[in-house]
Amino acid sequence: MSTVAGRQESPMPGTPVKPSTFKRLRRNRSILASAIVLAFLAMIAAAAPWLAPVPPELMDSAHIHRAAGHAGAVTLADGSQVHTTFWMGTDGLGRDLFSRVVHGARISLVVGLCCALVALVFGTALGMLAGYFRSVDVVLMRVIDGLMAIPGILLAIALVAALGPKLVVVIVAISIPEVPRVTRLVRSLVLTLREEPFVEAARALATSPLTILMRHILPNSITPLLIQGTFIAAAAIITEAALSFLGLGLPPEVPTWGNVMAEGRVAFSEYPGAVLFPAMLLFPTVLAINLLGDGLRDVLDPKFARRGMQ
Amino acid sequence: MSTRLTASDSTRDDAILRISDLSVALPQSADRQWALQGVNLTLLAGQTLCVVGESGSGKSVLATTIMRLLPRGLKPMAGSIHLQGENLLQATESRMRQLRGEGIGMVFQEPMTALNPVLRCGHQVEELLRQHTSWSATERKARVLEVFSKVRLPEPERIYTSYPHQLSGGQRQRIVIAMAVILKPRLLICDEPTTALDVTTQKEILRLIDELHREQGSAVLFITHDMGVVSEIADQVLVMRNGEQVEFGPRDAVLKSPQQDYTRRLLESVPSMKPPRPRHLPHQPATLRAERLQKTYISHNWRGQKREMLALRGATLEVQPGETLGIVGESGCGKSTLARCCVRLIDPTGGELLWGDTKVDAMPEHQLRRHRNAVQIVFQDPNRSLNPRLTVGQSIVEGARNFGASEAEATSLAQELIRKVRLPVAALDRYPNEFSGGQRQRIAIARALACKPRVLVADEAVSALDVSVQAEIMSLLREVQAEHELALLFITHDLRVAAQLCDRVMVMRHGQVIEEGLTADVYARPQDPYTRELLTAAPRFEPSLEA
Repeated sequence: MSTVAGRQESPMPGTPVKPSTFKRLRRNRSILASAIVLAFLAMIAAAAPWLAPVPPELMDSAHIHRAAGHAGAVTLADGSQVHTTFWMGTDGLGRDLFSRVVHGARISLVVGLCCALVALVFGTALGMLAGYFRSVDVVLMRVIDGLMAIPGILLAIALVAALGPKLVVVIVAISIPEVPRVTRLVRSLVLTLREEPFVEAARALATSPLTILMRHILPNSITPLLIQGTFIAAAAIITEAALSFLGLGLPPEVPTWGNVMAEGRVAFSEYPGAVLFPAMLLFPTVLAINLLGDGLRDVLDPKFARRGMQ
Repeated sequence: MSTRLTASDSTRDDAILRISDLSVALPQSADRQWALQGVNLTLLAGQTLCVVGESGSGKSVLATTIMRLLPRGLKPMAGSIHLQGENLLQATESRMRQLRGEGIGMVFQEPMTALNPVLRCGHQVEELLRQHTSWSATERKARVLEVFSKVRLPEPERIYTSYPHQLSGGQRQRIVIAMAVILKPRLLICDEPTTALDVTTQKEILRLIDELHREQGSAVLFITHDMGVVSEIADQVLVMRNGEQVEFGPRDAVLKSPQQDYTRRLLESVPSMKPPRPRHLPHQPATLRAERLQKTYISHNWRGQKREMLALRGATLEVQPGETLGIVGESGCGKSTLARCCVRLIDPTGGELLWGDTKVDAMPEHQLRRHRNAVQIVFQDPNRSLNPRLTVGQSIVEGARNFGASEAEATSLAQELIRKVRLPVAALDRYPNEFSGGQRQRIAIARALACKPRVLVADEAVSALDVSVQAEIMSLLREVQAEHELALLFITHDLRVAAQLCDRVMVMRHGQVIEEGLTADVYARPQDPYTRELLTAAPRFEPSLEA
């Protein structure tokens, strides 16, 4: 409130009182911490082929259930031998856990990112249609209500069973139950925004509905969508791990954290490493994404940002 | 802590409130150092002090400082606030809790947000008694009902069990006042208590506050931006600006012979209730014509039963080039519905609407698009009428681009328009949040002018602005009207603004036009009893400064 009078004096205000958005984002501790963690994980995922000493699917019957830190020679597929250290030990089939966990980061991050994107894109498109065109709304939202009644994990199991255990199928299967949630969020945002005077002004200026949606409504919905996206990504990573763990996701030889844990579960009491090491990465990944979402909301959502500053 | 700090001095001090050298610091990141600086005032029992100033002048901060309810980041740095001799800035938090209610009562601007929507009104008022007294339930209820009848709520028993949404705005404000006075505080702080209310309701509320404080012998600190209200109720006036005290003195001294230039300018920018002499306009065919326009909203309840709400019951109007037609009325009278129908933002359900020679009331949107440049609209809230994610330049040329202007044409048009509304060309690359309310309203006007309309609808376009800014925007509207021979449809609840700007006025009530005529005639000789009531309810104040 204090800024208004000062501004009216000068023909144009010199410097905005609020620091730039980027600065405010950087200043938030949970955003900074989670960004560092996620950047580190992304680097591991990107560099997986170089970080992993041996291919993640490679089985060597000579090295079954090795303890972490054990060093030995591994026979590669072409018969040649490589001397390596099993930093996290090996599993019951003689696969190097470190190589598998590092490769697993790729799948988890890809699943998280793709599911968030797919759910946001489709959810936003449907939500904007439902929110802006009232005739579409009634029909579309009943379909969405129906979709919401389907338990997510059951749908995923059914889809994977029907279409085969492929990464694309898993991503689609996890994304579908998220779409209705995004649709509802976007629809409610559009319903509020379409009553805003600047949207009415655009209508009076003969702006077409599509332009209104893309130019006036979408840019003003980005913040809540970004925040929702982080929570979808976190949930998707967990769901993918759960599917794999239950043996309903990607085939067991594919190195995902869920698969590694599922394989390790059998011998957990003697060799807990196969469960604990992937968990030690899964946990901070999901935590970092959730903290990122919380931080974004605190900084970008005016309801939280202005608290205490008036 | 004892109730009386320095008993011997304070009991002889007949001032209810004494503020000396009060300064409140703003956080470091703010654009100025002080929210309040060097405020001094004394308020005696039975007196009403009006604090006036434009937005950002610190008048609300003053109220929250007295209540010790300052938002985080604001801190009193110097000075003292004495309530009947007790320094509030040094009182403990528990003592303050006791004083809020018992020592100081507060009435807020927006009664709906001051009340809890899920609790019955009686319960909310009784809550105070439960906190501050040890009375039995029957005693408390009896007292609440007594106060309800004292603030003249009809049927206190029914109101006691009503929820806030079941009451009218005026009744809700009476509940808030009941809460403020039930413990008989010596000081009543009213923060713009009538700003959200209609003039006729405002008049009743002002009278009520006046009666109550006389009866209880309390003092009133009344915050307002309305000079009319000041002239009606004030004993003392404090003029504030940018957190500083500009002038403090008895009402007549401040209003009639102000010592400071700022006070003088503030008083001069208050529009007069006397319309100027009518302009002579050559008769021309109407550019916008509405014939018995109707709008009915139909809603269905859960059993599928139809409920009709008649927002507009056959309103007829026409404006000709260069003319300003004012539509005045209280909230809910249908004036905004009429404006939106005229721009075809909502579709009328009956009657005829013509833009020039084109009949547009039922024209589908895709055909209508070609004619959209004829009628443009400027809205009330300057904070919401510009897309925060577009630069000012992008906003201004949106209409022109829709009608096929090239990039280069749009750029030169934007520069021409921004100069016309007296903003620097550099403003085009900035975002709306960098501008003040008045500046944003200028931008909104520039945007409306971009597709060369023939009719400009201004829906409460100056109502959210401070008086000095209001005057600037009104003269800008007059200028662009003269230059483009614009027909101006000016919707307002403010009779002063209408008096100064409009050639003709239409008075609306319950979705109907009840009186229409030349502004000077309607103001001088209102025919309809409702118009008369409306005109007399407006606080009488004429800026008549002694030279």
